[in-house]
Amino acid sequence: MAETARRSDGFDVIVVGAGPAGTAAAYTLAKAGIKVALIERGVYPGAKNVMGGVMYSQPVGAIIPNFWDEAPLERHIIEQQYQILSPDSAISGKHRSTQYAVQPHNRYTVLRAKFDAWFAGQADAAGAYLLTNTVVTDPIIDNGRVIGVSTDRPDGDLYANVVIVADGVNSLIAEKLGLRPVIDTVNMALAVKEIVALPRGKIEDRFNLEGDEGATIDIYGEVARGMVATGFIYTNKDSLSVGLGVILKDLVKSGLTPYELLDGMKNHPTIKPLLAGGEPREYLAHMIPEGGYQAMPKLYSDGVLIAGDAAMMVNGFHREGSNLAMTSGKLAAETAIEAIEHKEFGARAMSAYKTKLNNSYILQDLRKYRKLPGFISSRPQIFNVYPQIINDAATEFLTVDSVPKKQKQWKIWRQIVKKRRPLRKLLRDIYEGWRAFG
Amino acid sequence: MNIVVCVKQVPDTTQVRIHAETNTLIREGIPSIVNPYDIHAVEAAVAVKESAGGRVTAITMGPPQAREALKEAISLGADDAVLISDRAFAGSDTLATGYILSEAIRKLHSESPVDLIICGKQSIDGDTAQVGPGIAQRLGFTQLTYVIKITEIDAPGRRIVVERQLERGHQVVEGRLPALLTVVKEMNEARYAPLPNLIKAAKYEPRLFDLAGLGLDRSQIGLKGSPTTVRRIFAPTPRAGGAIIADQSQTPAEAARLLVEKLQADRLL
Repeated sequence: MAETARRSDGFDVIVVGAGPAGTAAAYTLAKAGIKVALIERGVYPGAKNVMGGVMYSQPVGAIIPNFWDEAPLERHIIEQQYQILSPDSAISGKHRSTQYAVQPHNRYTVLRAKFDAWFAGQADAAGAYLLTNTVVTDPIIDNGRVIGVSTDRPDGDLYANVVIVADGVNSLIAEKLGLRPVIDTVNMALAVKEIVALPRGKIEDRFNLEGDEGATIDIYGEVARGMVATGFIYTNKDSLSVGLGVILKDLVKSGLTPYELLDGMKNHPTIKPLLAGGEPREYLAHMIPEGGYQAMPKLYSDGVLIAGDAAMMVNGFHREGSNLAMTSGKLAAETAIEAIEHKEFGARAMSAYKTKLNNSYILQDLRKYRKLPGFISSRPQIFNVYPQIINDAATEFLTVDSVPKKQKQWKIWRQIVKKRRPLRKLLRDIYEGWRAFG
Repeated sequence: MNIVVCVKQVPDTTQVRIHAETNTLIREGIPSIVNPYDIHAVEAAVAVKESAGGRVTAITMGPPQAREALKEAISLGADDAVLISDRAFAGSDTLATGYILSEAIRKLHSESPVDLIICGKQSIDGDTAQVGPGIAQRLGFTQLTYVIKITEIDAPGRRIVVERQLERGHQVVEGRLPALLTVVKEMNEARYAPLPNLIKAAKYEPRLFDLAGLGLDRSQIGLKGSPTTVRRIFAPTPRAGGAIIADQSQTPAEAARLLVEKLQADRLL
């Protein structure tokens, strides 16, 4: 087996996909002086990339220090709100801190079409070969080792010692390599969102913000209509990202369309005033790999590493994904750099990637929550019964109507265990929920 | 054959909107593309090179970011590219632009004689179709506009035969080389750039021609060299939609009768 590239293109590494994972990998490699091709199917990086909209600073800063001076960012988040909806009411909690108002800000809202184009531009400036509008169709395998990729372009084969697969949630390449089984729809969420244009001043008034401060709202309960689903509203400079994610299997079974769910959320009495007067500007949809640790593919093989969404690196509970993607891309690049130094590209050399992931928050967090996706998908009551219980209880407790308080408390309790959730099941949900959170 | 192809970077006009109050173009955030007619010009140049041999040099005038348009020309098969860029060129109209481009081509011609210049028939942002003919006139090249087909190139005999697309049919014209062609989009299908070209384009750095390098007459460039003034920019009034003369309550026969009546009333039948 030859340990060097087959053709004189002279690329050391090919990265498939210019999202956060692929671009982080290509940037890290280019900075280390390694000849890397970054292949993207979109007309420009970001053209096909979607997320809710919150980018975490630390993993970006670990790759490009002080990125906030140049990157196209929307608002830094100083407040995070959680709302639990019933059909006619909402209970909410929020955290706001002046600590989030100072540099370096912990997180920013971004518009991916702009951010990803900028990020890939940085990789290009660092020396990576950015090849856009090009679809990688197949891995090229020789003697069980990945030695390059085929693209849809004429004369489109490209060879390298290491291929980093970062082609996103529907990773065709991971599937073709047999590293990942065909995906079960229970492990996939469909996320839809709208960019709703609203003047800056209105956003700042409605969300209690100043300047470039931003807020997020995560929404649970009624939006789900009995399915496993959560919603969100994130503030951009002069627009809101309004969306929701729903487990694909549930959605298919319900026969509802994603925009029906989204419209339902937008018309909820506590959400509607926040969006009033807004003008829908864009409609986006994308899949999110929500299966967690137990649904992850094999992360490496001879000559190949898998990063980001392609490797199902999403922490659904903490709505983290782009940060895992960037860190995994960086770690994949570091593995490739070591492999090039030692001229070793077999599975043994690639396994260093797994070790690095094990030592990082990525696999530690995903392992911690490994039972959570299974727990949640078997208990849709979390998304309808409990929100109803909590809102009913709050309404009962806070309504002043000359009923003695002790009687009210008794009524609330009876409502819960008689109508909504029997005590035995309630206790089991609590116990298993506790275990699922590790 | 030594071929020069002129390309222009333009805003993607399918995404340009017009400001409701000021009636000016909103260019902010609009992606830049290569003028679509120029893509066909590059394809025509590369096709000539492939059949007759030679080199294709793509040139563009514009700000530094216009080198992206040249990279695209390289990916489509151009061998070299030249960026003609200087702050002093800003505000040039078609007259000044024609002067600057013709001087740039004159410089290339002095390095290696140019046989053929190919341009798109017009740009989609200005729509004037003046720059190509302006270059031909200044350089004394044969001027062949609205070319849909190159029938024959006889390099030793210094002859070219082309088909021009006119409003009523095609015209076959023979001319002498060197010639300048402007081409229509029906001429060819742009190719999907091969991967090796894309890799070459990714890190391609074009030559730079600036004011000093071209030794231009300052009075003929930029705003000073541009007699054109824009009086007003406005959105054309949208065309009224067609009339629907039948709905589903009518039988096809009734609908056909209504149509005939309408056409007769309008004296179209």
